[in-house]
Amino acid sequence: MSYLEYTVKTTPSGLRKVLYFNWALAILLTAVAGVGFLMLYSVAGGSFSPWAEPQMKRFALGFVGMVVIAMVPIWFWRNMSALAYIVSILLLIAVEFAGAHGKGAQRWLDLGFMRLQPSELMKISLVMALAAYYDWLPMARTSRPLWVLIPVILILLPVALVLRQPDLGTSILLITGGGVLMFLAGVHWAYFAVVIAAIGGMVTAVFQSRGTDWQMLADYQYRRIDTFLDPASDPLGAGYHITQSKIALGSGGWTGRGFMQGTQSRLNFLPEKHTDFIFTTLAEEFGFIGAVSLLALYALIVVFCVSSALANRDRFASLLTLGIAVTFFLFFAVNMSMVMGLAPVVGVPLPLVSYGGSAMLILMLGFGMVQSAHIHRPR
Amino acid sequence: MRRPSRDTAESQRRITRRSLFLGGGMTAMVGALALRMRYLQVEQADQFRLLADENRINIRLIPPSRGRIFDRNGMTVAENVPSYRITMLREEAGDVENVLARLSQLVDLDPEELERARRDLERLRADTPVTVAERVSWADISRVAVNTPALPGVTPEVGLSRRYPHGEAYAHVVGYVGPVSDRDLEKLDAPDALLLIPRFQIGKIGLEAEREDMLRGEAGTKRVEVNAAGRVMRELNRQEGISGTDIQITLDNALQTYTHARLAGESAATVVMDCETGDLLACASSPSFDPNLFVRGISVADYKALLDDEYRPLPNKAVQGIYPPGSTFKMVVALAALEDGQVDLTETVYCPGHLEVSGRRFHCWKRGGHGNVDLHRSIRESCDVFYYEMAMRVGIEKISAMARRLGLGQAFDLPMTSVAAGLTPTKDWKIVNRGAEWVIGDSVNAAIGQGFVLASPLQLAVMSARLATGREVMPRLIKSVDGVEAPSGRGNGLGLNENNLREVRKAMYAVSNNRRGTAYSSRIIEDAFRMAGKTGTSQVRNISSGERASGVRRNSDLPWRQRDHALFVNFAPFDNPKIAVAVVVEHGGGGSTAAAPIARDITLQALYGEDPPLAAYPTKDRGRIKTQQEKLRQYRPGAPGEESDRA
Repeated sequence: MSYLEYTVKTTPSGLRKVLYFNWALAILLTAVAGVGFLMLYSVAGGSFSPWAEPQMKRFALGFVGMVVIAMVPIWFWRNMSALAYIVSILLLIAVEFAGAHGKGAQRWLDLGFMRLQPSELMKISLVMALAAYYDWLPMARTSRPLWVLIPVILILLPVALVLRQPDLGTSILLITGGGVLMFLAGVHWAYFAVVIAAIGGMVTAVFQSRGTDWQMLADYQYRRIDTFLDPASDPLGAGYHITQSKIALGSGGWTGRGFMQGTQSRLNFLPEKHTDFIFTTLAEEFGFIGAVSLLALYALIVVFCVSSALANRDRFASLLTLGIAVTFFLFFAVNMSMVMGLAPVVGVPLPLVSYGGSAMLILMLGFGMVQSAHIHRPR
Repeated sequence: MRRPSRDTAESQRRITRRSLFLGGGMTAMVGALALRMRYLQVEQADQFRLLADENRINIRLIPPSRGRIFDRNGMTVAENVPSYRITMLREEAGDVENVLARLSQLVDLDPEELERARRDLERLRADTPVTVAERVSWADISRVAVNTPALPGVTPEVGLSRRYPHGEAYAHVVGYVGPVSDRDLEKLDAPDALLLIPRFQIGKIGLEAEREDMLRGEAGTKRVEVNAAGRVMRELNRQEGISGTDIQITLDNALQTYTHARLAGESAATVVMDCETGDLLACASSPSFDPNLFVRGISVADYKALLDDEYRPLPNKAVQGIYPPGSTFKMVVALAALEDGQVDLTETVYCPGHLEVSGRRFHCWKRGGHGNVDLHRSIRESCDVFYYEMAMRVGIEKISAMARRLGLGQAFDLPMTSVAAGLTPTKDWKIVNRGAEWVIGDSVNAAIGQGFVLASPLQLAVMSARLATGREVMPRLIKSVDGVEAPSGRGNGLGLNENNLREVRKAMYAVSNNRRGTAYSSRIIEDAFRMAGKTGTSQVRNISSGERASGVRRNSDLPWRQRDHALFVNFAPFDNPKIAVAVVVEHGGGGSTAAAPIARDITLQALYGEDPPLAAYPTKDRGRIKTQQEKLRQYRPGAPGEESDRA
């Protein structure tokens, strides 16, 4: 059987869809968000305001959004892919002109009822667009240069726009997420090998050129790299965040200081304690056990998505689910690496836990599509 | 629209294969994260927990309150008053200039202080509080406190600051405190942590500096939990410091302030000693300065004015100033000659007005000469020729030895800055220091307290007290520390022949009470308080033979700097000596006209303990003294009949 027909018969309809919901995934997402509420409550010094309460409302909204999207057949979303991508690109361009500034970067559009970060929307739209592209592209052409170039452009266009904001964290997520999706779609190994080798060569060249006449970066950029490699060299300057973050994490020990007993985050040693660095509060208060538990929850979410994707014979649904899982994975992996001093500090939030409106909403919409793919999978 | 998906089987195989590969990568990544967590949270936990506590807990020093200083009757000489100041933290302020601009709209900031604050803000670490304004009024502090939300990094603080309620009167003895300077720190090997507190006040000169160790006290500590900005969130515990020790000095506030007022307008110094105990009752140097100016950091203009003043207000002339003692040295030579048996009380020396010594002519101050002079008369009328003769008989070694027995030529161990040793020359001294042999002319000069001989007003007062009592009276400035009385300076007998001493005292009595005495015009006529004294006039320039031939120029015709120093030493009452006084008026002219009247006024003031009755003065002086007393009362805050000035 070379083709598979979706039939109304094999696909649940109406309210019966709820029965086919991936409940395990929904529960895991809620559990992670719950950890987030606890931490935001703790960071605020035992108060629902200013962070925990709005975060809970947004999660509720996001959860409803996820259910609604899950009810809509996956093929509708496949047909919406191109539109979503184009709208996202337009919004990114709009941010360039009408965006509001936050922390020195133009990132969001004020829609009145919420602040929309088009770069967040782009993460999902790009996954949709690439999944739809490879769903449409005959397998045989996947590795042909011209057909490889198109997704590369699809990826680099939003990356260029996001970099202009500037938002290095999101750019890296977009490139890596897009690249992984291309890999999953079956683009030939050699392309990736060449790109990785080229990046390796660039990095080597950048370091080798330091102090020579053809130095490739400005001095201050090298110093930033130095600070990343050895935060202790500038403990009160650029290395401050990462040093303090490690102190907070490390002081947690096996079981932590106990809920609401963290000293480092409460006393403001940590910057961004309620957003990008919220993991340190968890690690300080609940220790190694708490931190590994959260890591396990995240890993389980990815596992459930991947297994759902592998069980799905629809190419778009499968790629989309994997793409969202990878994006989600990259979120928490980069964030954790960052706060643990394994990666430079780039602004990447801890998914579902960090305080932040559009990131959580959009992630929930993404999981709505994962649910839709799961419900409407061919049987 | 629905359509079939393509290449399903092949697609699914490929996706599965690559997913597994990817899954491996993701698993590795999760494993790496978990391992990193384990490393940070388990293996290095102890280290990080320690770091966290260091982060969180800050040990702050609590500055102790400085020991106070009281006079012999318990009057406050140096105290601590609450002072409000405004400090600023650069790391919290952010835009320093902007915040300073806003602050200056609320409070008048001294431009000089502001400039210093700007420098400190730039130079010091961002988390070091820098004092922007000191001694701020309560109203200003409240205004700043109300506006703190608009003034990031600005904190109104209350601390203790030193205050000298009597201003100028004690400036030289007690000295002053000031903010620790880098130079102060360099001098110390292991500075007390307290000194690292910016603008911490330490003694700079005088008693404040000499007894810094007692007065400072010990810092207390408090452990506070701070946030990342260094702001104190709560206090964990505190250990109070130990306040500095209170010191009571021997000076008598009434006499000290009187003395200071009496010397006003002169470049002069006075020391009043209790003959019995050696207590310094007054120790004044004029002109003086307001030590309170230094506490907050004196302005460059004020400091320059003090430095440029020809009368030199800054040094303590009473103990630092050394002068040729002039004729006040004659008691030393007389006693040396008597003790050595080189002269007896009946022998006379003929004074023709000069004496030829190895081809050089030494003059007596009285050009016509005194005629036949015995020892008594030589002191009473201050005949120079008699002492030229004595010096040749006795020799410099014995004269200087006697001078040292009487308290000259040695630095007394008193807690004041640069207590001078003066100079009682010897033959060896001249060879070492001047590279020349001692010649007889040197002895002749020394005989009348000129030449190499140098003494401070303090030493002259000690000499006077020792002559009066015959004991080795030692000066004392600290009466008690923390309520414990310091040892008295009474001293043992000097071992001098009592008859010789009595004759010298009698001659000194005659100086002040005999019609022919050089200080007769400055006598005391109250019988119970009669004084014995000796005038001195020391030359500060050479009189050439040409000038001598054409007539020595009068002091009033000379520029101030070239005029003679006027000196007077005395003790009183004559029959039961209580106090010894030395007065030096720099370039004041003659000892009998410039120094003796001051000494008499101070003596009477000391003996009566208040303004003396006019009956104690000779009739013809009374009108003038009355006016003078009224005038001086205005200068002395806290004098009887005046509202005490506590501002």
